[in-house]
Parts: sequence; structure tokens; C-alpha cells
Amino acid sequence: MRKSFTYIVLIVGTISFIYPFFWMIMASVTPEKELIHLIFWPESFTLGNYTKMFEKIPIGRSLLNSVFVSSMVTFGVIVFSAMVGYALAKIKFAGRDLIFYVIIFTMTLPFQITLIPNYITIVKLGWVDQYTALIIPFLINNFAILLFRQSFMSVPQALIDAGRIDGCGELRIIFQVLFPIIIPTIVTVGIITFMSTWNEVLWPLIVIREEQLMTMPQLVTLFSVGGRSENQLGVKLASAVLLALPIIITFIFFQKYFIQSMASSGIKE
Amino acid sequence: MKNGFSIKPYLLIAPYLLFFLVFVLFPVGFSFYLTFHKWNIISPMEYSGLDNYARMFNDRLFWQSLRNTVWFLAIHIPLQIVVSLGLAVLLNSNIWFKNFFRASFFLPVIISGVVVTIMWQQLYGFHSGVFNQILSNMGISRIGWLTDTTMAMPSIAIMATWKNVGLYIILFLVGLQTVPASYYEAADIEGASAWQKFWHITLPAINPTLFMVIVFSTIGGFSLFIEPYVMTGGGPLNSTLSSVLYIYKQAFEFFHMGYAATLGFIFALIILTVVIIQKRFIETKDE
Repeated sequence: MRKSFTYIVLIVGTISFIYPFFWMIMASVTPEKELIHLIFWPESFTLGNYTKMFEKIPIGRSLLNSVFVSSMVTFGVIVFSAMVGYALAKIKFAGRDLIFYVIIFTMTLPFQITLIPNYITIVKLGWVDQYTALIIPFLINNFAILLFRQSFMSVPQALIDAGRIDGCGELRIIFQVLFPIIIPTIVTVGIITFMSTWNEVLWPLIVIREEQLMTMPQLVTLFSVGGRSENQLGVKLASAVLLALPIIITFIFFQKYFIQSMASSGIKE
Repeated sequence: MKNGFSIKPYLLIAPYLLFFLVFVLFPVGFSFYLTFHKWNIISPMEYSGLDNYARMFNDRLFWQSLRNTVWFLAIHIPLQIVVSLGLAVLLNSNIWFKNFFRASFFLPVIISGVVVTIMWQQLYGFHSGVFNQILSNMGISRIGWLTDTTMAMPSIAIMATWKNVGLYIILFLVGLQTVPASYYEAADIEGASAWQKFWHITLPAINPTLFMVIVFSTIGGFSLFIEPYVMTGGGPLNSTLSSVLYIYKQAFEFFHMGYAATLGFIFALIILTVVIIQKRFIETKDE
């Protein structure tokens, strides 16, 4: 009795979480006239919404932009955060506690306070409409530093000493000796960073105006609110499907890693 | 290890320090400086004393955006806790397809907010939206999900809850799994009811998670941007104007950089104050 109640609630829940995606994908292949009645299955199918969208916006280019920007940020965050995390975990130096408090302070600082001045910095640096505006400000991630610090603290000191005896510098110790044994942390930092960069919209909207340089979520947003989709729902939804698809496919194959990463972090977006 | 001074650690943290100076410390200082100035970014900056603050106190839209955020949080936070904790408790039993359920609840978490917003905008549509089609098929009158001034913000709150449920389920599950099964067995022997077990055993174990959910949801409410930007543009009649959307409009539609910085500064102070109060409240409840 209790069990069947549990299953009913979970199945209804699952439907309410999957149905909107199902509806969106169906709607993107439904002719505009039929969309008004669409609840489950269209009477006829069309790919017209997709061809129309490809004509209107450089969606392919925006996909490449997003992949490039997200990969660069992820790579940079892993490298720089590991360096700082290692220094905090394994080296004693004057000011170490101060740096730690600075990191905590930065993490708790609401972004509303830095948004306007950071935009002005980007303008003054001449980075408006440049990839650097999307990459450089995100290269350091306080949360990633704390994860790496945590991870390096549990690494045996003997391993580091052995590396030093072999004549390794600090960078080689971090990236050659220690990296292979903290792979779960690298995966977690990588997934969280890549996803949050991929999904970021507000910052690209502010610093990128040139259509060819826009990230995919930015382009889809502007396409949806601007007049260029001519208020044709199907075309808007087709762009949203293309934006969601890479993430959905990646998630289906690597869902275990996604869920573990987010659970160990407790951070969102 | 040698005791002498070494430059190595400073080289390792040098990129961080540079970043901190340029993108954190400088902006915080500059933001404060901007609050005393009028500036459209092109012409020279003008000192304006406390004008920006005075203007903010008399700005109907500033108060409106604050009220909207409170209204959003009043619906979002309880709903978020009840739905995600409820589903987490159900998932924490011995059931089939646990991973499938968990993964399907998690899907919206990883999808871009833009996609979720565009999708729900259509579901909420007045004439052709699925919700209203179902309502009118059942003979109930249509609801102005996004067109009614009292309904628009709750509609966004429901969507935001839906998007985050999967994440909080996972976090609650982590908390729930820290409770040893022997506690429940002992309670069963004592003849405790399901509610008593929940109140005295489960709740204390998930208290830290509860705090996390409340804080994240609060910060999320103050960070709402893409949802009103895409769905309603802040309307109808500014009923979904969020704090970040208002900052965005002041800065990038009207180019009032000084005023936008003032709004950002004050909203940041409000967020920090609210979070500190929440922390106090939950910690005292703990004792």
C-alpha cells in the first residue's frame, strides 16, 4: 500500500519533469498552424522550423563559440585553481590564512556589486566583442580552489617529498605527480565549470554585441526576445532544442558523474 | 622541509592575486565610488553626492523590484523545500528504478535557464499553452499565468522550483543517508509515529541541508534575470521586475552607470544581511 503510493508519486513526478522537454521537441517539428492544439503528438511533421532558424541566425557558429569559450575557461580554472589549492594545502607561507579568508570573502560576495564595475573594466581594456571578455574574468574560481585544497590535503606528503628528491619543481609535482591521484576532483571541477560557463547568459549579453561572437544561449535568448523569430513559436523552440540537445546527450551518457559532481559541491549553475 | 623564505608559494598564487585585485577588490571599491557619481560611460563622470541614494529611496521601481523578490521568495522557498524533501524521502526507501527517477528529476538542473524559460513560456501561454488547454478541457476558466499581475511572479517561482528540485533532492538524500537505520528501529520499538520519527530523527539530520537550500534559493531569487527577461520583460506592469533585471535596464538601456552601481551595491548589502539573519535563525533553532 505505502509502496504503491511511493511509485505513483514518483511516476507522476517523472512525467512532470520529462513532459516539458518532450513537448518542446515535438513542438519544434510541428507546423505553426497546428501548434495551438499541440498537447502530445502533432498531426503532421515538418523540419521547416529548423531550416528557417538556420537561415536567420548563425547558430552553428555560436555553438563553436560556446564550445571554445567553455573549454578555455574549464582548462584555465583547473590549472589555476590547482596551483592555488596546492599552495594552500601543502606549503606553509606567511599570509596563507589571509589568502584563505580572501577566498571565502570573494565567494560570499554577491555578483550584483561587481557587475557594473567589471563591465567598465572590460570596456576600458578594449575587450568588448572579444573572446577574452568571456574567458579571462572566469579563469579563477574560488569554489574550485577550495575543492582542490581539500583534495590535496589528503595526498600523502611522502609522494611530494619523493618528487622533490627526483628534482621535480612545484608545477611538475602538481600536474605530473599528484594529478593522476585526484582525478575525481578534476572531473568534478571540470563538469561544474563547463556547465556554468556554458549556461551563462547575463555576462555575454553585456560584453558581446557582435552576432558572430555570441555564445549559443545568448544568441537563442536574443533570438527569442528580439523580433527576428517573428513570433513564430516553432522557430524559437527549434533554437531552444538545439541549445539543450548537447547537454541532454552528454547527461544521458555521463549522468553518474554529473550527479556526483553536483552532490559533492552543493553548488548550482 | 626547509624553514627559509621561499618565493615558490607566492608564484603559485600570483595569478589568483592579480585576478582578485582586478576583478574583485577594484570593482568593490569602484562600485562604492560610482554610487556618488553620475556617469553615462561616454561623457566625463560628474560628482553627485548622495543624489543616487536619495533617488533610490524615492524610486517606485526600486521598491517594486524588492517587493517582487520578497513575493517570489515567499512562494519559492517553502515550495522548494516541500517538493524536494518529499521526493527525497520517497527516493530514500528501497525501490526499483531509483537511478532513473533521480536522473529524470535532475535533468532540468543541468539545462540552460534560457531553454527552460522558453519552454515554460509556451506551456504558460494564455490561448495555446498546455496548462490552459487542459484547464479549459476540464471546464475551468483559463489562468493568465504570465499576463495577470498577481499570477506572473508565482508562475516564475513555480518554474524556478521545478528547475532546481533535482539538485536539492540529491543534497537532501546525502543528508538523509547520514541517519543510521538503528535510530528508526529504536523509534519503532518505542512506538513512535511516522511524523514523530520525521520530526525528531530526520529533521535534525538534514538541518544543514535545509539551511543550504534556503540560502541558495534566496540568492537565486535576488539573481533572477533570464526568466523575467525572456518571459515577461519585467511586466505585466513591472510585476516581475527583478533586482538584477532592474540593474540591467538602468545600466544597459538607460546608461545610468552611477545609479545602476548604487542599486547593485544596495542589493548586495540586502542579500548579505538576509543570509546572515537566516544563518542566525537556523543556528539558534539548532540548540
